[in-house]
Amino acid sequence: MNFTWFHRLGSPPYTYALARRLTPWFAWPAALLILAGLWGGLVLAPPDYQQGDGFRIIYVHAPSAWMSLMVYTSMAVAAAVGLIWRIKVAHAAAASCAPIGASFTVAALVTGSLWGQPMWGTYWQWDPRLTSELVLLFLYLGYMGLRAGIEDTQRADRASALLAVVGVVNVPIIHYSVTWWNSLHQAPSVMRLAKPTMAASMLVPLLMMLLGFTSLFAALLLVRLRAEILTRERTSSWIREALSA
Amino acid sequence: MATAGAYTQAAAAVPVSALEAVSLALRRDLTLAFRKPAQLIQPLAFFALVTMLFPLAISPELSQLRAVAPGALWAAALLASLLALEFLFRDDALDGTLEQYALSGQSLTALLCAKTLAHWLLTGLPLACMAPFAALALGAPSAALSGIVASVLLGSITLSLIGSIGAALTLNIKRSSALLSLLTLPLSLPVLIFGARATQVAISGGALIAPVELLAALAVLALTLAPLAAAAAVRISLE
Amino acid sequence: MSADSLEVENLHLWRGERHVLRGVGFVLSAGQCLKVTGANGAGKTSLLRTLAGLMYPEDGCVRWRGVDARADLRTFQGSLAYLGHEPPLKADLTARENLHYWIGGRRRVGGAALASALARVGAESFADRLVRTLSAGQRRRVALAGLALCIVPLWLLDEPATNLDAEGQRLVGTLIAEQLARGGLAVAAVHHELPVEPAQVRSLELSL
Repeated sequence: MNFTWFHRLGSPPYTYALARRLTPWFAWPAALLILAGLWGGLVLAPPDYQQGDGFRIIYVHAPSAWMSLMVYTSMAVAAAVGLIWRIKVAHAAAASCAPIGASFTVAALVTGSLWGQPMWGTYWQWDPRLTSELVLLFLYLGYMGLRAGIEDTQRADRASALLAVVGVVNVPIIHYSVTWWNSLHQAPSVMRLAKPTMAASMLVPLLMMLLGFTSLFAALLLVRLRAEILTRERTSSWIREALSA
Repeated sequence: MATAGAYTQAAAAVPVSALEAVSLALRRDLTLAFRKPAQLIQPLAFFALVTMLFPLAISPELSQLRAVAPGALWAAALLASLLALEFLFRDDALDGTLEQYALSGQSLTALLCAKTLAHWLLTGLPLACMAPFAALALGAPSAALSGIVASVLLGSITLSLIGSIGAALTLNIKRSSALLSLLTLPLSLPVLIFGARATQVAISGGALIAPVELLAALAVLALTLAPLAAAAAVRISLE
Repeated sequence: MSADSLEVENLHLWRGERHVLRGVGFVLSAGQCLKVTGANGAGKTSLLRTLAGLMYPEDGCVRWRGVDARADLRTFQGSLAYLGHEPPLKADLTARENLHYWIGGRRRVGGAALASALARVGAESFADRLVRTLSAGQRRRVALAGLALCIVPLWLLDEPATNLDAEGQRLVGTLIAEQLARGGLAVAAVHHELPVEPAQVRSLELSL
């Protein structure tokens, strides 16, 4: 198998140029998909027979929650690649993922809380999914905190990469234990973020939002990656050529 | 001064086995700890103090305290073990002996396992011995005490092991106690959940075998994976 | 023993953004000592730590006995002795206990060997005092006693004679000479002359 494309990705100038070329290919579809999904979800889909119009926040909440986990996994994969094969660009990619993932997590928590108010009457409920999201937020904050705490870039990269890998192994364990904990204390009337049963007219906008968010993540990642490479390689000669081009 | 030859002949070139190196490391840490007994007492005093906060903050009624006893006990145990974690690698990193461990030709994983074991013997084990007293103070019935000791014993093993990873990652960071807590607490949540559950079951007199088995499973998982991660983290910090 | 050689080829190391080691290379054979000199910050410590396998070079190779040191790093590290800036001693143990735990974790050393090594470096008078009560020069002597007990093919020394008086510096030279006479190798970062036979000394100057 020809892996030269993978090796070339390890070169900062190549990836920098590639990222600039690819960004519009993710940014435009992201905008279109999100707009279409919002239109389909907020306007076209009929109100849920149980939850009325309140369920519509799922069109932002569910993709955000899904993305928060996917970004953490991507971050851990990039970190592992950087750790094992010592590729600096992989570390730069992991560093770029973290704030994006943390933002998705905050969005999921805020929308989950806003969903809770009309549904449960309170802004917060120790629902297993919300609790897991909260723990995930702390995992992101810990990752970013460790990066910020170590001055030497290489050591910060490698230490936070190890943390990301340890975290990703722990995420299923934490999620399982939180779900189990929650199941012990369930009141008979289940107060959870129950997903309404989905008709096609509801499902299609949700999938569009999910794809749109994924595209958005890719676009944001590429932009942040370029900024990250620029910062790390600012003393290199190729930067001056790339910027003057 | 003795002649050059004397010590070269006396110093055998026999390498030391891994087990001997590990037991030597264990003995060294225990010896060092007992030369500074004040440092040993601090986490235990902290544990007692935090336990005392709950009756003062909630109510002196034992029946009310019994309801929060599992949570209070485990929150206090978690915080006390976090406090103690800072001493795990810090001194060795500062005086260069951790570096010598990495260069000794022995498995760093095994040596760090020995250090974590020593740390647990000095903090986790005493914590498990103090837990029944704290539980009594929070209204737990005496029938529950053996179950509480067992759960804190198993849980503290996992806490020490998970904490060793965070301690190794934050070796070079000054004033890292908040960051260390931020890194370690999310990873310790399963221990908290299962441990508090075990304590709850012990207090209400139910069958303890299931929660204790879960705690034991966590301890075994931590024992197999955490020293590897800690050794990798130490090597990264030494770079 | 005669097959011992240390080859370093085109070593490049970055510390953050600083290109600290720029294509360092040398070949050292048995019975030779490499004297590494350079201003503060030129990379002497980084070179020694890279040779010891503590730091990972971005480019280049360290070969021990013809084989890449990274191929079996643990065995390689078991056959070297590294002495950094600070003597690796626990402040709350006595000098003798420190050596017992430090060297004892690598090679079996009996009490007699410890005692004679301490006597060799002139540390027998304070061998049973806690290290925290010793002066910097005394700690350095204890560290040298540990070094003397390391009968290993390769010594990596970072400014071994710091804090020592003239007699102490001669001691360092004698220990290195003994190491070379055994057929061992030594790499020492120093600020001054090494009291070793010039024929056995190679020089490497690192520039900022």
